[in-house]
Amino acid sequence: MTTIVNKPVAQSPARFAPMRHVGNFFTNWGVLAGLVIVWEIIARVIESVYFPPMSQIFQALFENYLTPSATNVLFMPDAVGEQLIPSLGRLAIGYGVAVGIAVLLGVFIGLAPKVEDYLDPVLQFLRAIPPPAVIPIFLIFLGIGDSMKILMIVFAAIWPVLINTIDGVRQVPQQLIETAHVYGASGRRRAVEVILPAAAPRIFAGMRIALSIAIVVMVLSEMVAATNGLGYSILFAQRTFRMTDMWAGIILLGTIGYLLNLALSLVENRVLAWHRNSKA
Amino acid sequence: MRLQQRQRERLIRGLIGIALISAVMELVARSGMVSGAYLPPLSSILSTAGALFVDPVFLEDLTATILAMGVGLVISTLVAVPAGILLGSNETAFRLTRSLVEFLRPIPTSAIIPVAILLFGQQLGMKVFLICFAAIWPILFNTIYGVHDVDPTMKDTARSFGYRRLRILTRVVLPAASPYIYGGIRIAGAISLIVAVSAEIITAAGKGIGTFIMRVSQTGGEYQVIYAAAIIAGLLGWLLNWVLVRGEIKLFRWNPNLAGGSR
Repeated sequence: MTTIVNKPVAQSPARFAPMRHVGNFFTNWGVLAGLVIVWEIIARVIESVYFPPMSQIFQALFENYLTPSATNVLFMPDAVGEQLIPSLGRLAIGYGVAVGIAVLLGVFIGLAPKVEDYLDPVLQFLRAIPPPAVIPIFLIFLGIGDSMKILMIVFAAIWPVLINTIDGVRQVPQQLIETAHVYGASGRRRAVEVILPAAAPRIFAGMRIALSIAIVVMVLSEMVAATNGLGYSILFAQRTFRMTDMWAGIILLGTIGYLLNLALSLVENRVLAWHRNSKA
Repeated sequence: MRLQQRQRERLIRGLIGIALISAVMELVARSGMVSGAYLPPLSSILSTAGALFVDPVFLEDLTATILAMGVGLVISTLVAVPAGILLGSNETAFRLTRSLVEFLRPIPTSAIIPVAILLFGQQLGMKVFLICFAAIWPILFNTIYGVHDVDPTMKDTARSFGYRRLRILTRVVLPAASPYIYGGIRIAGAISLIVAVSAEIITAAGKGIGTFIMRVSQTGGEYQVIYAAAIIAGLLGWLLNWVLVRGEIKLFRWNPNLAGGSR
């Protein structure tokens, strides 16, 4: 007895395919646009200080982030140089360092199950500590400079990647490694060309989680102790009651988060393309 | 037998690992390599943690955080599960809300903290709002996934028995999706702790573990208190997860795909 898994869905014929794409595009983004319009209308009606109309928010965004500056050497918009670039820079460095260390350590630990046994409880414990609770500790040690935020991001983002790398390496079939060994591949080659690609799907899953964590910690650390950056600008705007700037910052942050996640998926799809094809 | 032996080996090695690292930390602190004020010895941190447990001020803060987490989780579940069921079973609804969800989701909860402060002041309501904002997503997505993944044969069988749509929902879809939903609640639990402490650290007002830590660090308190509080926060998260996992084992004994070995 056959099981019906996918009921056939009626779709317009192939020659209408472009229209279908456009239709999907509209349903996807139409709702968002609709909500923007709804916000605009409600905000103008209610006239609440806390929820300025979308048009004003977009205007603030445009002025701060898209209008070339008169004072800056490169004609970069003011806010881009003061808020966006420091934030993104810290994020990039922190995330990069975290992933680098985590993958390196993870491969070593994953290949040595006994070492993992020794370290596992301590790792699980350190991972369970909520990153915000550790911020004051970092603050004491490192003050409010960039290094504090970067190290904070590293501390928070390293765990998902590390644990996923260890898991990923551990589940590489032993046959694969031994075959490579038989073919005369050195330890280093085995690690880079066999084990790493085999563990890559799990590693990327960890990297995706780590990205979200890194962004959250970046914003948090900038709110607690900073003199520039997106998180700082949002909190500062709230405290000085510049609501449009606050909302502009939030929307910008959401957009950046969306774009970064998108970028990571694109990279992931590229790197894992061979994997999908071989295991599909 | 072999499995038990291997598990015992892991346990012993794990304990040795803990002991070794604790010893190293203790030595480093006492030898004065790092200034004693910055990194107190592990023993004093642990004894301070013990003292905190019986400190009424700290306990007040601790319960405030737990309260916020609990209320936030309950509200999130009450909102996210029905929404997830709706979106999981109805393709049109799903497509309509996709763009909204895809845009709201990447907004870091910490960015919303100023908004929450504006709307709710600096007390419980703000924390609950933030926790809901963050914790709804994992529950929602897991519910959608769980509902979507229900074996159509089961639903068709129920329908051929004459069940109406609502009964299919409650008797077939919900029980089948409940392991996924529960998984989402587990993730939401961890997130709720992080969000609660984040909110407390930013506002440094009201009650909570985060405000406790900020208070101590800003009034020049001893560092071991701060370390101890952070460790207790970690223990809280670990305890929450442990309770939820045991609940999962109890509730879902019937499920062959039990997530017993997942981290």
